[in-house]
Amino acid sequence: MPGADKETDLSERIESFLSELKRCGSGAGSLRGSAETARETTALLRRITAQARWGNAGELMEIIRKEGRRMTAAQPSETTVGNMIRRVLKIIREEYARSRGSSEETDQQESLHKLLTSGGSSEDNFRQHFTHLKANVIEAINELLTELEGTTDNISMQALEHIHSNEVIMTIGRSRTVEAFLKDAARKRKFHVIVAECAPFCQGHEMATSLCKEDIETTVIPDAAIFAVMSRVNKVIIGTQTVLANGGLRAVNGTHTLALAAKHHSTPLIVCAPMFKLSPQFPNEEDTFHKFVSPHEVLPFTEGEILSKVNAHCPVFDYVPPELITLFISNIGGNAPSYIYRLMSELYHPEDHEL
Amino acid sequence: NITDSDPDGRLTVTDKDVKLQEIALAKNEGKELTKEEKQRLRKEKKQHKKNKKDDKGPPEKEKEKEKASVPAPSKPATQSPAHKAPAPVHASESAAAAEKPAKSKAELRAERRARQDSERTSKQGKKEGGQQSASSKPKATPNELQPVVKRLPEHVQVDDPAALKKLAKKLERQQVPLRSDYGYKVSLFSHLHQYSRKSPPTLQISIPATVIHPSIVRLGLQYSQGIIAGSNARSVALLHTFKQVIQDYSTPPNEELSRDLVNKLSPYISFLSQCRPLSASMGNAIKYIKKEISNIPSQCKEEEAKGKLQACIDSYINEKIILASEAISKYAIEKISDGDVILVYGCSSLVNHILCKAFEKQRKFRVIVVDSRPRLEGREALRRLVKKGIRCTYVLISALSYILPEVSKVFLGAHALLANGYVMSRVGTSQIALVAKAYNVPVLVCCETYKFCERVQTDSFVSNELDDPDDLIVTRNGKSHLENWQTVKSLGLLNLVYDVTPPDFVDLVITDLGMIPCTSVPVVLRVKNVDQ
Repeated sequence: MPGADKETDLSERIESFLSELKRCGSGAGSLRGSAETARETTALLRRITAQARWGNAGELMEIIRKEGRRMTAAQPSETTVGNMIRRVLKIIREEYARSRGSSEETDQQESLHKLLTSGGSSEDNFRQHFTHLKANVIEAINELLTELEGTTDNISMQALEHIHSNEVIMTIGRSRTVEAFLKDAARKRKFHVIVAECAPFCQGHEMATSLCKEDIETTVIPDAAIFAVMSRVNKVIIGTQTVLANGGLRAVNGTHTLALAAKHHSTPLIVCAPMFKLSPQFPNEEDTFHKFVSPHEVLPFTEGEILSKVNAHCPVFDYVPPELITLFISNIGGNAPSYIYRLMSELYHPEDHEL
Repeated sequence: NITDSDPDGRLTVTDKDVKLQEIALAKNEGKELTKEEKQRLRKEKKQHKKNKKDDKGPPEKEKEKEKASVPAPSKPATQSPAHKAPAPVHASESAAAAEKPAKSKAELRAERRARQDSERTSKQGKKEGGQQSASSKPKATPNELQPVVKRLPEHVQVDDPAALKKLAKKLERQQVPLRSDYGYKVSLFSHLHQYSRKSPPTLQISIPATVIHPSIVRLGLQYSQGIIAGSNARSVALLHTFKQVIQDYSTPPNEELSRDLVNKLSPYISFLSQCRPLSASMGNAIKYIKKEISNIPSQCKEEEAKGKLQACIDSYINEKIILASEAISKYAIEKISDGDVILVYGCSSLVNHILCKAFEKQRKFRVIVVDSRPRLEGREALRRLVKKGIRCTYVLISALSYILPEVSKVFLGAHALLANGYVMSRVGTSQIALVAKAYNVPVLVCCETYKFCERVQTDSFVSNELDDPDDLIVTRNGKSHLENWQTVKSLGLLNLVYDVTPPDFVDLVITDLGMIPCTSVPVVLRVKNVDQ
């Protein structure tokens, strides 16, 4: 039966995606960038929308939520997966609301006024069937995909507004967004870049060699020298893994030290993060915030005699509080950290915060 | 031409040729030039240069030079600047005098000789050692504001070609090989040396070394390869090697031990600073030794003098390093309570000693060792502590903000304490102090008083040490991205060794004199100077 084939094909794809997620999380940062993950997630969700069997928006949302829970469980630290799922859920809600003909709700948050005026129609369980809902949703997801393709370019286009000539810019580790940002500015301006290598994975080395290809003056420093050279740095530009709901960051380890050093010297800290990294999580769960990888990166097995008597830790992420951040540059422009909560309410529906 | 303007008329042209030949011969054989030969050679060079200058330059330059070199003899330092100063002064004087009438030339020369003699007798007077003079002098010096004419150390003047030339000449005279810089230097640090570990200066020394004592050569190699590292270890090794040198030393005839031994030590010190720039502790130790040597009375017999010097060195090591660390441990153990989680950085012999002592005294605590690339000295500290049986955790410095909420105290070692309260220590220390301050964790620095130095510094750029940049290269998964960094035009690697921590990050400094705040360092220095 063609339907069954499609279903098995779909579940195969989902399974392969899940196993890839599980595999790429072990060490060495992300083998694939977050942008790629976001794109693949969105493409998979589009396929689910097209091929799964559902009758109305509510069922579709259930299916997506179920798959989404499995995907986030496969790799909890990869938050872009969850973010994309929430975006798609919001899209479905919007399309449903548009199909019903009701005006687009500008304020979806619960408010006293809404409770009084809406009466009983607020209980909307998305059970109505619309014939064009599928096509509309797929079209909207396509728009989302185009937006995702253009994020890095949108961010790099703003580079010249923030970098003047003869500046010394500091960065840490490897971020494809920051790389594109700096390369774009280097086409017109001359500046120096100092890259902190970010042990133990030393991704800063790759970043430095890549920047040198565009003839940018680069210096590689070990992590221990961050505070020592900070007094000569004009700006700190970093990427991040996730932007949290309070405006804080979950970034690669060493970023908190960098942010504190920048604050001490009153150097502006600029975070280049596309909108799909914005996540409705808060940093208050200690045991789920951190991710650890094998400590043999830190203390190799060659140190045999002392290994059994020593605890070694190798955390991957750091929390950076929003007070240390000066500016977020995203594909929709520059924002202060205090504005992040507003952007989040536009991207995700509050009921979707918990998948 | 030379004989015309030479006031002494000592050397004729033919004499000069013969002398030069002799000197060239002696140099080729590696024999050490006698003092007279060296002085003559120096005079010749100065005369030659002076004639060139006469043709072009005004005499004001010479006047300035003589003014600058005149305060040099007044420094309570070695004899060699005193020897150097009369020669250029004499020569410059002769050129300047060429413009003036003839009688004032003779007058000035007589004046100069009288001043030298008076200096020499005053130095004798100091050596003869009236206690009254010793006590009156310190009373005088704190009151008057001495003009501090400090020479800028050579190792921060690499971007000045004149200073480099001067250094090259000095090393050539002392027959010490000059070490050349390696690799592309980051522009912010073009005033510092950057050497490669693969080319130690000992490669250029012939075996057997006749000018430089073989144990000094060995010590220099150990420094440059990083086999002996750490402020205390380097000082102790230096002092032991000097003991060996003094043991093997024999005074040449017509020479005084007090002056000649100091002259003998100068090329050794130049060689060691070529291998690796001297640390503040080593500088203080050398100053102490030179002072002790020049205080040896002239009628003292050689064996007695040597014995006295060796005893002095032993007592210095014992007092300033070993007993000091005992005293510091005693104070520091009061600060360690049961249930503490102590964070240490890198490998400081003093901090390790404190922790081991505290563990012996049955305090219950655990230690977190923070380490950083590329030196990874923390692993050595980890081994020592684990051998003692202390519970340890080990992280890299990038995981600092993760581990710091667990920490109750931070103990740091220091390489030197500067006179404005800044702590100079291994690179990364200031970062630890910064993050600890942000988490409100107390930071305690442990430092012996012999590491206090009178320099002031506000950032880690003006005076630092650049290590071999190839150390930053790492191979992961079979790939090393920075392998060919020399071929890439715009890439630089920076491997700093030291950094300075501002005093507002440090809560307490534990020294053998007690527990003081960071800002009391100049007080301790003043007290020490008065004592001496």
